[in-house]
Amino acid sequence: MPLLEVTDLRTYFTTDAGVARAVDGVSLRLETGETLGIVGESGCGKTVTALSVLGLIATPPGEIVAGSSIRFEDEELLEVKPARLREIRGNEISMIFQEPMTSLNPVLTVGHQIEEVLRLHRGLGRREARAAGVALLAEVGIPEPDQRFDSYPHQMSGGMLQRVMIAIALSCEPRLLIADEPTTALDVTIQAQILDLLVELQRAHGMALLLITHDLGVIAEVCDRVVVMYGGQIVETGTTEEILTRPEHPYTQGLLASLPGIGDRDVRLNPIPGTVPSAVDWPEGCRFRDRCSFAWERCTEFAPDLLPVDGGASRFARCWLLDRNDSLSGPAGEPT
Amino acid sequence: MTTFIVRRLLGAIPLVLGIATIIFFVVNLAPGDPALRFMSPNMSQEAIEQVRVNLGLDEPIHIRYVRWLGALGQGDLGVSFSHNRPVLDVIKELLPNTLLLSVSAIGVAFVLGILLGILQAVRQYSLLDSVASIVGLFFYSMPSFWLALMMVLVFSLFAFELQWPIQFPGTDIQSVDYTFLSPLEKVQDRLMHLTLPATSLALVLAAGIARYTRGSMLEVIRQDFVRTARAKGLSEPVVIFKHALRNALIPVVTLLGLYLPFLFSGTVFIESVFSWPGMGKLLVDAITERDYPVIMGGSLVFANMVVVGNLVSDVLYAVVDPRIRYD
Amino acid sequence: MTDASLSAVLPGFPQMLKGRWGVGGMSLTVWIGLLGVLLTRWARFAAGWGGPIDHQIASLTVVAGLLGAWGWSVFDVSRPAEMERSGIGQWSLAARAFKKNRVAVIGVMVVVWIYLIALITPLIAPHDPATQASLLTARLVAPGGEFPLGTDHLSRDVFSRIMYGARISLSIGFVAVGISVTIGTLLGAVSGYLGGWVDTVVMRFVDMVISFPGLVLLIAIVALFESNSIFLIMAVLGLTQWPGTARIVRGEVLSLREREFIEAARALGFGRRRIILRHVIPNALAPVIVTATLGVGNVIVLEAGLSFLGLGLQPPTPSWGSMVSDGRGYLLDAWWISTFSGLAIVLTVVAFNLVGDGLRDALDPRLRT
Repeated sequence: MPLLEVTDLRTYFTTDAGVARAVDGVSLRLETGETLGIVGESGCGKTVTALSVLGLIATPPGEIVAGSSIRFEDEELLEVKPARLREIRGNEISMIFQEPMTSLNPVLTVGHQIEEVLRLHRGLGRREARAAGVALLAEVGIPEPDQRFDSYPHQMSGGMLQRVMIAIALSCEPRLLIADEPTTALDVTIQAQILDLLVELQRAHGMALLLITHDLGVIAEVCDRVVVMYGGQIVETGTTEEILTRPEHPYTQGLLASLPGIGDRDVRLNPIPGTVPSAVDWPEGCRFRDRCSFAWERCTEFAPDLLPVDGGASRFARCWLLDRNDSLSGPAGEPT
Repeated sequence: MTTFIVRRLLGAIPLVLGIATIIFFVVNLAPGDPALRFMSPNMSQEAIEQVRVNLGLDEPIHIRYVRWLGALGQGDLGVSFSHNRPVLDVIKELLPNTLLLSVSAIGVAFVLGILLGILQAVRQYSLLDSVASIVGLFFYSMPSFWLALMMVLVFSLFAFELQWPIQFPGTDIQSVDYTFLSPLEKVQDRLMHLTLPATSLALVLAAGIARYTRGSMLEVIRQDFVRTARAKGLSEPVVIFKHALRNALIPVVTLLGLYLPFLFSGTVFIESVFSWPGMGKLLVDAITERDYPVIMGGSLVFANMVVVGNLVSDVLYAVVDPRIRYD
Repeated sequence: MTDASLSAVLPGFPQMLKGRWGVGGMSLTVWIGLLGVLLTRWARFAAGWGGPIDHQIASLTVVAGLLGAWGWSVFDVSRPAEMERSGIGQWSLAARAFKKNRVAVIGVMVVVWIYLIALITPLIAPHDPATQASLLTARLVAPGGEFPLGTDHLSRDVFSRIMYGARISLSIGFVAVGISVTIGTLLGAVSGYLGGWVDTVVMRFVDMVISFPGLVLLIAIVALFESNSIFLIMAVLGLTQWPGTARIVRGEVLSLREREFIEAARALGFGRRRIILRHVIPNALAPVIVTATLGVGNVIVLEAGLSFLGLGLQPPTPSWGSMVSDGRGYLLDAWWISTFSGLAIVLTVVAFNLVGDGLRDALDPRLRT
């Protein structure tokens, strides 16, 4: 049984401009101890997907549409009692966020914020919680943990705060850690340290890691499997190696092509033309067609399903290019 | 923390001096001759001059200023023309009554206002929120003296006419037979007399505080760290009261300092409406009677209470927000 | 019936049908209201032209209001629809956001109506505010009939006095806020822009004035100067309100000062005075407008307070505050004197606060409550 199985997740937001279909039919699966990366540009729905798993979507404007399913081991998270969900949060499934500077409460010491979780889920007393907290700070690599325990967030750097967030997340030994762009807000050198820390801790604790990022470099370093998102949907899945070396979807190909290489001194960058459309107004047919150099009439008329790609067990791509009967006739030819 | 307090204290000194200076010059440069009240039309010129000398009004203004400052430094506020007693004594008698009124009003106002503000923020867009906002706006727009009169009308006068079970006294600080009451009855009597005046003050303040708290809470609830708190599995009350509220209250604490001048102005009216024997009434009477020492002394005390209040508010601010503390 | 002909008969109605109930409603209510006044008070209206100046102004207002409502509606109907929707400047965006705010629009309508009523009072007041009817029979009469809101202890009609009182409150409010905004903006801008010791001195001064319970300063000055002149009161009220504006403007200026367009102006060699007047102040205006609007409410309450204590305008001038004070002695027997005059204050201030809040929300979404 997979650790986490998301089936046909739809999360919509009601806005002044209409209903924003931020996540529009996402399915993914994560096994114990595995690292799955979700990659995509801003606005593709990856963060909303992560928040939906823990039920952190604000329900006045947001709504997880009926028909969605999020199964954690043998429990359906969308139907679980609120008390049980709270038990799971921070305990069996933890999450760390992108901006460590604003993700911690500025008026409480970092130690207190670590203690909180331990006292809530593990029932530890004050002193035990403090001891455990200090040990955690040491484990995530914070120097002088005993003094730092009583510091306030504004007295620490971004990198250190992210370590604190990781400490908080790991304090109750969760089976799944969701990391939403954990290194995006940090300096490059710190990024590497944090990633190494995550990998090391994951191995030590036998955790599964759901890593959300827009940075393919991070994917390459850390992930076993990858899911590429665009327009609120998954457009390609596969192992890291498959995605990075043999991408099938034009979007993935574009992402890889737009990366500057170390040797390319005087070559112009290759961005993907156009911008991400608004979630209120996804285009008809394939959502990527306006920016795709291979699009033809079929792409405008019919939205492609996730079609299997030869060669991989869970290798899929959402593109009509995979459904040409004749592998030589491309967009210019008529589909038959 | 102590350096913080000391620095604030030092900064307040020029403020107090400045206020004393303003008061002195406003009062003494205004047209009107204070000596007039001690004169009769038949007095000789010499007698008039003597009165002036007695009152110290013959000296040039800058000398009088220095003298006054000197006297202030020794705690001497002069002698009241009307009461024929040292101003300081008169103030000492009446200040506690005003403090009783203001402190209870502000206490009630903050508690009520903050609770209401939280409730509105957590239930934004609900019926409660809309109704509370409208009602709040009305109270916020009311002159406190009118609210006081209406409360007297309903809870004191109507209540008496219609023989309601609870009737509140509409005047004074205590009943006529106060000295004959038992200690418990004395406390009860005080409370009954305090209710209407303090409530009329408090309601207007509470409306403003509720608006402010609501706004602050709404902003704080949207912050990332609130999301983190939920992601840790904390229950909603803990998220709201421990994490969100402590941050939301920070700007509300500054309201304390901001509202103080307003509060003291309000006590002037309330004391007038309820014949409450306090500083406000003293000041208004002194102004009509041209009792200069009391005007100056009373204004000084009022203004300094505001300065003290601001200091308290600043300190509270540092207590609540660690980012300020470690400046 | 075409829009054009409909708007000529019932100005504002076609706009309301299209959903623009704010501007449409304003136009329609003004039209119907003033028309009603014209028809029911024809005699007074006609006589107004030859009478004292405020009667002339009243009649003029009726004519101007009717023409304005009618003219606007007809002109508006003839414009193509899209012109309204365009415009992305700060003020166009704010105007559109404001219009969406129902309560604020109602506030504006109430304010406009209060001003209109104040202007046409000589035409519609049932009685003269200072005239004392029979002291025998008409004293302390309950609301109803000839005296819609009752009479006071001197047999004067409460309703008429309230209406005349509106003119006083509104004019004092306007002028006092005008004074305070002018002084406050100038001082705040100069202080914020120049910084250094100028800033320190000015802000210390501001702190001092703010520390003063405004009322204490007010009554001290008014009483000591022994004058009930309306100008003194306006001036003093203005002088107590300017520090708030100064602080706000200074804050805005401090953040504006570092912006690139100011640097550009400096690089082009513009002198400080020009930069402050032409570049800094116009951009700091938004919070000033909000403060000014909310300030009118404040000033009205303060003035009422002054009058309540007997330090404002002298009788028989019908200031709302003094009316509340008059009613004090007769609270149980003639509650209507204090109650209605106080209600007038509350409703006026509520209207200004609604508008002020609406402006604040429209001009700065971050501050939206």
